[in-house]
Amino acid sequence: MTHQNHTPFSLYIHIPFCASICGYCDFNTYTAQQLGGGVSQESFHKLLIRELELVSRALDAPTVSTVFIGGGTPTLIGSDSLTQILRGIENNFSLSPEVEITTEANPDSVDAQMLAELREGGFNRMSFGMQSASPSVLATLQRTHTAGASRQAALWAREAGFEHVNLDLIYGTPGETDSDVRDSVNVCIDAGVDHVAAYSLIVEPGTAMARAVNQGLLPPPDDDECADRHNIIDTMLASAGFNWYEVSNWAKPGGQSSHNKAYWTSANWWGVGPGAHSHVDGRRWVNHKHPATYAKAMENGEALHVDTEELTSEQIHVEKVMLALRTRAGLPVGELDTQELERAREFALQGVIDPVEFADGVVRVTDSERLLADRVIRELLG
Amino acid sequence: MSSPRPGSTDPALVRNFCIIAHIDHGKSTLADRMLQHTGLVDARSMRAQYLDRMDIERERGITIKSQAVRLPYQAPDGTEYILNLIDTPGHVDFTYEVSRSLAACEGAVLLVDAAQGIEAQTLANLYLAMENDMEIIPVLNKIDLPAAQPEKYAAELAHIIGCDPADVLKVSAKTGVGVSELLERIIEKVPAPKGDASAPARALIFDSVYDTYRGVVTYVRVVDGRIGTRDKIEMMSLGTTHELLEVGVISPEPVPSEGLGVGEVGYLITGVKDVRQSRVGDTVTTALRGATESLGGYRDPLPMVFSGLYPLDGSDYPELRDALDKLKLNDAALTYEPETSLALGFGFRCGFLGLLHLEIVRERLEREFNLELISTAPNVVYRVITDAGKEITVTNPSEFPETKLSQIFEPVVRATVLLPSEFVGAIMELCQQRRGVLLGMDYLSEDRVELRYTLPLAEIVFDFFDQLKSRTRGYASLDYEPTGEQEADLVKVDILLHGEAVDAFSAVVHRDKSQAYGVLIVQKLKELIPRQQYEVPIQAAIGARIITRETVRAVRKDVLAKCYGGDISRNRKLLEKQKEGKKRMKMVGSVEVPQEAFIAVLSTSDTSSKK
Repeated sequence: MTHQNHTPFSLYIHIPFCASICGYCDFNTYTAQQLGGGVSQESFHKLLIRELELVSRALDAPTVSTVFIGGGTPTLIGSDSLTQILRGIENNFSLSPEVEITTEANPDSVDAQMLAELREGGFNRMSFGMQSASPSVLATLQRTHTAGASRQAALWAREAGFEHVNLDLIYGTPGETDSDVRDSVNVCIDAGVDHVAAYSLIVEPGTAMARAVNQGLLPPPDDDECADRHNIIDTMLASAGFNWYEVSNWAKPGGQSSHNKAYWTSANWWGVGPGAHSHVDGRRWVNHKHPATYAKAMENGEALHVDTEELTSEQIHVEKVMLALRTRAGLPVGELDTQELERAREFALQGVIDPVEFADGVVRVTDSERLLADRVIRELLG
Repeated sequence: MSSPRPGSTDPALVRNFCIIAHIDHGKSTLADRMLQHTGLVDARSMRAQYLDRMDIERERGITIKSQAVRLPYQAPDGTEYILNLIDTPGHVDFTYEVSRSLAACEGAVLLVDAAQGIEAQTLANLYLAMENDMEIIPVLNKIDLPAAQPEKYAAELAHIIGCDPADVLKVSAKTGVGVSELLERIIEKVPAPKGDASAPARALIFDSVYDTYRGVVTYVRVVDGRIGTRDKIEMMSLGTTHELLEVGVISPEPVPSEGLGVGEVGYLITGVKDVRQSRVGDTVTTALRGATESLGGYRDPLPMVFSGLYPLDGSDYPELRDALDKLKLNDAALTYEPETSLALGFGFRCGFLGLLHLEIVRERLEREFNLELISTAPNVVYRVITDAGKEITVTNPSEFPETKLSQIFEPVVRATVLLPSEFVGAIMELCQQRRGVLLGMDYLSEDRVELRYTLPLAEIVFDFFDQLKSRTRGYASLDYEPTGEQEADLVKVDILLHGEAVDAFSAVVHRDKSQAYGVLIVQKLKELIPRQQYEVPIQAAIGARIITRETVRAVRKDVLAKCYGGDISRNRKLLEKQKEGKKRMKMVGSVEVPQEAFIAVLSTSDTSSKK
């Protein structure tokens, strides 16, 4: 049996723990109290390392281009455990020379020493969930950190030797003003980071925030305000030397996240940990969601994944178009079928996609139409 | 001793009666109890509401089509009588059919819920019976209920019909208490039918029902002469003749007989397939040596309310046409003509007796034929005289002429509202707003009032029931009957999307209310039409004059800006869902209008909650 080399190959590792759950968050994460028995936060990294061993065997140890530890709050399990996971990866895979190794962190879950330990342990990129510089917005989001903590954490990270630091922002929170957004962006610029991701707040069903909105306690985010704020963020970051490379992501030259790009180019990645999503060679699946169920399946030697989806060529095509048109890099025209190409030509005439780049063989939504990308994608796909 | 045979029953032993009652006041239960009491149906084969045949009737507890059942009854003195219970339709839309059912009877049981008192429709039917000089037997039902107030409502009934409160019978159809007394009272009070047995045959059609297996089953009451199985019959208003395939009585299943004599009630089957061939109110005679003069009182059914019915899925149009063709066989009052709407596609402009009739037809189309429909807001028929003296009948508001009109006439009704006295102010205000003219007001008892108004029918089809119910916490009841037409200052209000009139949204309203109507619809649409690629003005206009305007602003953000990590499938599924949603949009000119917006605007005068 021959194996493809599955490269480029990425690893996502999910740490499903948080000190508290924010009202807007629908990620797969649990407080110690919610976890119940059977799961130890202290030894959870060992389960993850066991899955890494399985991955290595299943795929014949492909070379890893990027590693991203996300959550939850990865830093909650401590720098030592995080570093051990990294050792687990090194023991089971070869790493490419330019490997990007990121961990997420909450600004208030790190200090200078911990960041130094992470850098020492091999991490080369930090991503902090700053969300906002406004105390009232942070309170609405039920974030536990202060505005100052984000800036401090980013500065510590750079002092610890992290060349690549990202700050995540959320805009469109009820009660937020344009000036709050400007303050947040200014913190990012002042902190000297090379990457900013800004997401508009989505009220997800089943969250505490959705209940508050349904009860009329909070107004729902306003699309026009979100559009305005996206533009504020884009303008400010652009003048500070950041360029957008995906609808929600900006980077200074050399600061683009390779791990992000792996997702957007339908590369192969394996999601390790509870509820993590994987995509390998046209197949998608997701692991058992609850850490206890995941742990039990691991103990019993049962399958870790629950939903497997074999993508049809049509679905692969839809995803490719959907992901690429959200990026600055765009999509090679060769990916389009005859009808789509015809529609793309029409869009180019209207200036919805860039006519110059289209002539050069790339379908790319123009900067001004960026916020309507989903419409372009829907209509292009027909 | 056996009971008298159909076709050779002494009229002196026949009692023809009906039950006048409001929905839920227990008419069907009482009929069930009579069936049991006379031994016609044993307890084992009894099912609730035996006589209500259609599913909709049983589910909603209303009788749409009437029936007649022959009950052999042995009186305590040993005499064998024949009781013919003629069921009457129980709703405002079917006044004419009620009047024919009443005309087939000599007496009526006035059945009223002892916990609720008389309702407007019951009162209207009672007046109809009293005008026909029928014997009225007042009965309070449900006296077993804890909330029953038999003394109070006996006084009310006595006041209305002018009898002694002590004459009001008290029964419980549920438990059977008082039913034998009622049967005795019917024998005693209801006059035996009188007719000339040797005269040419004349029989009144009081109902006509299409049966899949038998064709049209025609229910008749013989007035004079005799109709035998070998006779050829003639429908006097149509002048058509038919061979008789079967004559019989319902007792309680159809039983063929030799014929029907004076005063008898039964059915005829001729093999015709369309109830229009056998019309309620018509007189049946024999083709040979037939009567020359009909019994009179025949009227063509006249549609009063119109609505466009469109299949939600345009490809269902042929199915809708077939379904209407089938329904028509059993519904002489239903009319329909193909029409095309720019917004809704191909459909039919349908005419109905009233709102309930509309609702029943719609429900049957959806239920029995599995169709999903959009119906346009109900409207009435307008008679328009142009400056040139030309007369135009308008049944679709979008065809209402815009200029050079010298006169416009709209149908009016005489409406009766019964309500607790505390709500009189609120309802007078409502009727005033609806251009009503007060005809009179009477106290039926110290806390119940009868209000009589002349109202434009258009005002009733627009949301009147809902308003009446909500302003009286559900305690008011309404009845109305068409009384003609009046001249009115009416205008057509068009709704424009992106400058283009949407025909399905056009409405004819009184000039004084056109502004309010326009604002209402425009605002509703503004909420329902999603933001589009371009700014979309929504306007209401009378002719070329814009009376109100709102704008749906252009969409500025249509991109998922969420951190979705590796969960690409979710994002793809969201995209697929958005594409599905787009399919449910109708393109009106360049504007995408969701199906829900049509339904919401067109159901401004929502009929779904009225029974």
